[in-house]
Amino acid sequence: MSDLADLYQQVILDHNKRPRNRGRLPTANRVAHGDNPTCGDQCNVYLRLDGDRIAEISFDGSGCAISQASASLMTTQLKGRTAAEAAKLYESFHHIVTTGQAPDEISDLAAFAGVHAFPARIKCATLGWHAALNALKGDAAAATTETHND
Amino acid sequence: MPSWSNVRADFPALNQNVGGKPLVYLDNAATTQRPQAVIDALDRFYRHDNANVHRGLHALSMRATDAYEGARARVAKFLNAAAPEEIVFTRGTTESINLVAGSWATANLRPGDAILLTEAEHHSNLVPWQLAAKRTGASLRFVPVLGDEGRLDLAALDRLLTKEVKLFAFTHVSNTLGTINPAAELCAKARKVGAISVVDAAQSVGHLPLDVRALGCDFLAFSGHKRGGPTGIGGLYGRRELLDAMPPWQGGGGMINHVDWQESRWKPSPERHEAGTPNIADAIALGAACDYLDALGRDKIAAHDRELAELAYERLSRLPGIRLLGPARGRSSLVSFAFSDIHAHDIVTFADEDGVALRGGHHCNQPLMRKLGLTGTTRASFYVYNTAQEIEVLAASLERILRFFR
Ligand SMILES: Cc1ncc(COP(=O)(O)O)c(C=O)c1O
Repeated sequence: MSDLADLYQQVILDHNKRPRNRGRLPTANRVAHGDNPTCGDQCNVYLRLDGDRIAEISFDGSGCAISQASASLMTTQLKGRTAAEAAKLYESFHHIVTTGQAPDEISDLAAFAGVHAFPARIKCATLGWHAALNALKGDAAAATTETHND
Repeated sequence: MPSWSNVRADFPALNQNVGGKPLVYLDNAATTQRPQAVIDALDRFYRHDNANVHRGLHALSMRATDAYEGARARVAKFLNAAAPEEIVFTRGTTESINLVAGSWATANLRPGDAILLTEAEHHSNLVPWQLAAKRTGASLRFVPVLGDEGRLDLAALDRLLTKEVKLFAFTHVSNTLGTINPAAELCAKARKVGAISVVDAAQSVGHLPLDVRALGCDFLAFSGHKRGGPTGIGGLYGRRELLDAMPPWQGGGGMINHVDWQESRWKPSPERHEAGTPNIADAIALGAACDYLDALGRDKIAAHDRELAELAYERLSRLPGIRLLGPARGRSSLVSFAFSDIHAHDIVTFADEDGVALRGGHHCNQPLMRKLGLTGTTRASFYVYNTAQEIEVLAASLERILRFFR
């Protein structure tokens, strides 16, 4: 049970059961879609950018507890950040899920350290992040073409 | 001689622990385990008879050729084909369907023609037809499946099966729902409008007694690895006059009578459709798998698998919030289910910790999942070595998972 208990931390179960910032953001000026074709997980990330800063963020989609909790937790971490800060935070997150090691200043995201023992699930944990970074990169028009309505 | 009383001992891979628990292997619809007899056949070939087929005049090549052609005759008998020449060895179901789509469909379909499929097809009985439709200008039609039970809408079938339909390809047993389609009836309906029938037997070949002449099909595609045989080998049954009239789909050695600079002439089937050195060892081992299954008795295998599947359906239906797919009774050897609050991949990860091997996801059936409003299901699939007690282990594991997530 120890590896699994590490994977499904309380924080993750909580975000899976009670996702934060879930649903389409009516005021979004950026949106991007992420999908994981091997397992069918899907994630849309909606942003309202105010200049370079993420003023509001939400997500929707479907997938396993890891992907949904990760997207939910991510929205709580990215709100108020600039694009550069978001990219840096993703780097830390990626380090956590691939090595299992979390730097001291990172708190909630460290809940995903257990993912590193399940290499097949790293893609689940990073799905929402990929969508968010794409949304930050693209302009609204380009991001819309990445949204399939399926 | 295999016997039901110690069938588990015939499958060496079953005898292991996973994470400290005895392996409960319930991913047989993806691939089954192999009996020792099949492993021995591979070993024997490579140790004693290994040589290329058809071209050699030395002792080993003749032995290899005899064994390879013997395997073809064995498979023909297994399916009750009229002659060994009606069996083309391929890599498996996917390649067999691509062969028909690449050769027969390309040569025979034109704009205005239709290819009829069902909504429950595996991607390997869908995407090759999409490619063929693009190449030929034919269109695709789909027989709907009804509700979670997944039976074919036979009234809709009668409306869709018009004279434009030149080919009707359908799965015998759905790998996602466990539904058994009335294959003989479907082939007869196709024949009535002059359409060719293609049966995807990936999920039925090792589970139900199969007789291509009783089914009345024109083509039937199957894989070795879903019925105790090796990976990388399977076959296409085709009625002889169809196979002999079809152009080659691949060119190379072994399939020609005469080659010149600009043109060549082909051998008849099956060599015409087997360009290059075939998968000799695995074909021979597939023959051994036929022996193994026939010794157990195909009727008995079908009864065993159905019993387990119905038992599992009944047992799992007691789990709160479960949505079970496919019919309750008369189903094939698998159960497929979903919970609205727990994702299939989380279930599979947890069950693995109990030593239970399951599969979760869309099962290569994305459009059907979308129609059912699901992103995936969890599937437990059974074979000759599974037991009622293993279903209890599965149910206990699922109960633990429900407690954990709820
Ligand atoms: C119904 C069905 N058709 C086709 C296939 C493809 O078989 P293979 O991958 O052996 O070619 C499968 C395998 O999962 C299947 O279940």
